[in-house]
Amino acid sequence: MSDNGTFEPVIVGFLCNWCSYRAADLAGTSRMGYPATLRDIRIMCTGRLDPTFVLRALQKGADAVLIMGCHPGQCHYQEGNYKAIRRFVLLRRTLRQMGIDDARVQLHWASAAEGVRFAQTVARVTEEIKALGPLDWPHNWPNEDPYALQEANS
Amino acid sequence: MSEQEKRVGVYVCHCGHNIAGTVDVEHVAEWSQHLPNVVISRDNKFMCASTGQEQIEEDIKEFGLTHVVVASCSPHMHEKTFRNACARAGMNPYLFEMANIREHASWVHPNDRDGATNKAKALVSAAVHRVIHHEPLEPMQVKIRPETLVVGGGIAGIQAALEIADAGYHVYLVEREPSIGGHMAMFDKTFPTLDCSACILTPKMFDAGAHPNITLLTYSEVEKVDGYVGNFTVRVRKRARMVDEDLCTGCGSCWDKCPIKVVDDVFEAGMGYRKAIYRPFPQAVPKYPVIDVENCTYFKTGKCRMCEKVCPTEAIRFDMEDQYVDLEVGNVILATGYKLFDCRRIPNYGYGRLENVFSSLEFERLTNAAGPTEGKVVLRDGETVPESVAIIHCVGSRDKNYNEHCSAICCMSSLKFAHLVMEKTGAQVYNFYIDMRPISKGYEEFYHRILSEGTTFIRGKVSEITDAAHAPDEEGKLIVVAEDTLIGKQRRVPVDMVILAAGLEPRADSQAVGYMFGVGCGDTGFFTERHPKLDPVATATEGVFIAGACQGAKDIPDSVAQGAAAAARVLGTISRREVALEPVRASIDESRCSGCRICNNMCPYNAIDFIEAEGVSRVNPALCKGCGTCVAACPSQVITGAHFTFDQLMAEIDGILVDVTGEMPLVTEVI
Repeated sequence: MSDNGTFEPVIVGFLCNWCSYRAADLAGTSRMGYPATLRDIRIMCTGRLDPTFVLRALQKGADAVLIMGCHPGQCHYQEGNYKAIRRFVLLRRTLRQMGIDDARVQLHWASAAEGVRFAQTVARVTEEIKALGPLDWPHNWPNEDPYALQEANS
Repeated sequence: MSEQEKRVGVYVCHCGHNIAGTVDVEHVAEWSQHLPNVVISRDNKFMCASTGQEQIEEDIKEFGLTHVVVASCSPHMHEKTFRNACARAGMNPYLFEMANIREHASWVHPNDRDGATNKAKALVSAAVHRVIHHEPLEPMQVKIRPETLVVGGGIAGIQAALEIADAGYHVYLVEREPSIGGHMAMFDKTFPTLDCSACILTPKMFDAGAHPNITLLTYSEVEKVDGYVGNFTVRVRKRARMVDEDLCTGCGSCWDKCPIKVVDDVFEAGMGYRKAIYRPFPQAVPKYPVIDVENCTYFKTGKCRMCEKVCPTEAIRFDMEDQYVDLEVGNVILATGYKLFDCRRIPNYGYGRLENVFSSLEFERLTNAAGPTEGKVVLRDGETVPESVAIIHCVGSRDKNYNEHCSAICCMSSLKFAHLVMEKTGAQVYNFYIDMRPISKGYEEFYHRILSEGTTFIRGKVSEITDAAHAPDEEGKLIVVAEDTLIGKQRRVPVDMVILAAGLEPRADSQAVGYMFGVGCGDTGFFTERHPKLDPVATATEGVFIAGACQGAKDIPDSVAQGAAAAARVLGTISRREVALEPVRASIDESRCSGCRICNNMCPYNAIDFIEAEGVSRVNPALCKGCGTCVAACPSQVITGAHFTFDQLMAEIDGILVDVTGEMPLVTEVI
């Protein structure tokens, strides 16, 4: 929460070294503004993203996690982003059962030339998380029946 | 070293006003003092300046720092600088970590001082938490093979190949077409000096063909690339020429007698014909012809064999097959050139529908002394000399509907066309331009020369080229409709001939070629350089360089300069003999590996082998590129990705999520 009481989400970003981290650099050098909600972590490839990283971030108080990599077909390591897609889909299904809204863990692409796309993605995800409100997962373990939640979300 | 013994130094950079203008740098430095293991935390005007670097070196010695964090720009900018500073003070450079608070904070949150400052604190905290888990690493030294592969035999590729070959190292020059020369071989004159293109290019082509250090592989394409800097393995497919190069003398009897005429879409830009067995142009290098299998009567019907009958050296080989050549090279230069914008994509300009609308490349052939009309500028009927000609600039360039970029050469080639048309026909010439951009040496002077020669310049983008006459003087003419923005009026200019100065686009297969060599394409499709200003010939992949128009639209002098620059970079690595590779690699703890082999299939480089006898998997460090996909996949968590270990990333996550709002960093406890 910021001082004036409005909710400023904390989003942990996992950016691949070759495309989206460079897209973020480009957004910087081109001075494209976006909300200061994203705190990013560089990994060599989205294929490195161990799903437990996402769980750890949520567990430690992140309101959302944004994973960004190279466009499909443009992975610096040929196909790491495809591995990331597979794990992401499975992870989100698991998270759904724990009552985590789909919007809180997102996977997007931005090439090294797409500073604008990067900035827009962060802005859009921020708006979505603002609308959802804080997650505060450490204190907010759901009591509802997870299967009911899963249906509500689907 | 135990946790307690680790001593971290934190340096927060002002970068002049670049960071300090938005982020409260002093506060970040002060706050970071309270992060775990931090012994000293300072702010500094310019960390990358020698004084900043010396500060790190002094502190390492004075305070016995074991780890260093610098919060400044992107690691892609200065990670090397600070690693070197650490190394100079005797520290292993991999015990350093960077927090990017400029590109990722101050520059993108200029109106949110609190937000940017808090984010900077979180990023510094993440780096500190991470760095204490860093381990000393040694870069892997690999030998550099002295051979180089140059892909593309246009002027940029030829220049690069000659530079390297002249320095005494071997070059394989691969060209898709039957001859090297590229687009430059198609031109008649070059701007702004109007010297003959062939006269300055052919000696270079000949040198490349005859050079003892250059192996020409024409009519060939790269099929597959493996390996890494210093040690690439490249498979090249040599398409069957159907002509034995060892026997052929290039005498020309075969194409003289060949009964099949084919429209030459490549070299003649569709303006002229060639035979089914052909050499694209007289000065071609190599001099040997090729048989166009798709159009050859023998390959279609099994009859003819005229070329075989007339060949005095019996060099025709109808049974020749494609050959695969495996090359081992240390470096690669991509000089694959450009593709001309297809003017049909702008239907209102009538190209392909109105017969006397020409593309720039068609006009180049028309005006070329060796071209289909032997240099006579005539209409499509082959005889009428035009009395008035319109030249349209920026066709498919500087246009959001097609290409946003400026194609860099069209202003000058349009001026050249204006001169050639006037010189050869005396016709009235109208140049329709948006802005004139004659920016290089001697270009502005050339523009003034053309102005003084009497060309009419109309500033305005052409909306339509039509043959629908509205007035008697427009009958039978092409009418160029444009707004003259200098007088604020719509104009209709009737002419006999229109030349469209088509823009430069990336090759249609640039994505696929880039993918094969590990080079990205920007949103325009041209290959992406490592740094747009400071590293224009290197790419994201070590050992792969780019030169010429494949990197972005450019003219001949710039292509030559870039070809030579790429060659210099290659020669630099060759003379070093060795290159240090980032030690970011995976390794398997074999004592804990269950031998499940999940990682084997994960690896895109087949770098993980299963050792049958021991029942475990093992990573080949020379093939591993450090992506970490296997690390994340291992169900036993026994694969370590050096410099991106599980512990390091978990600590970074914990660090990035500390409470940054208070005076002290507060770690979120898990309940």
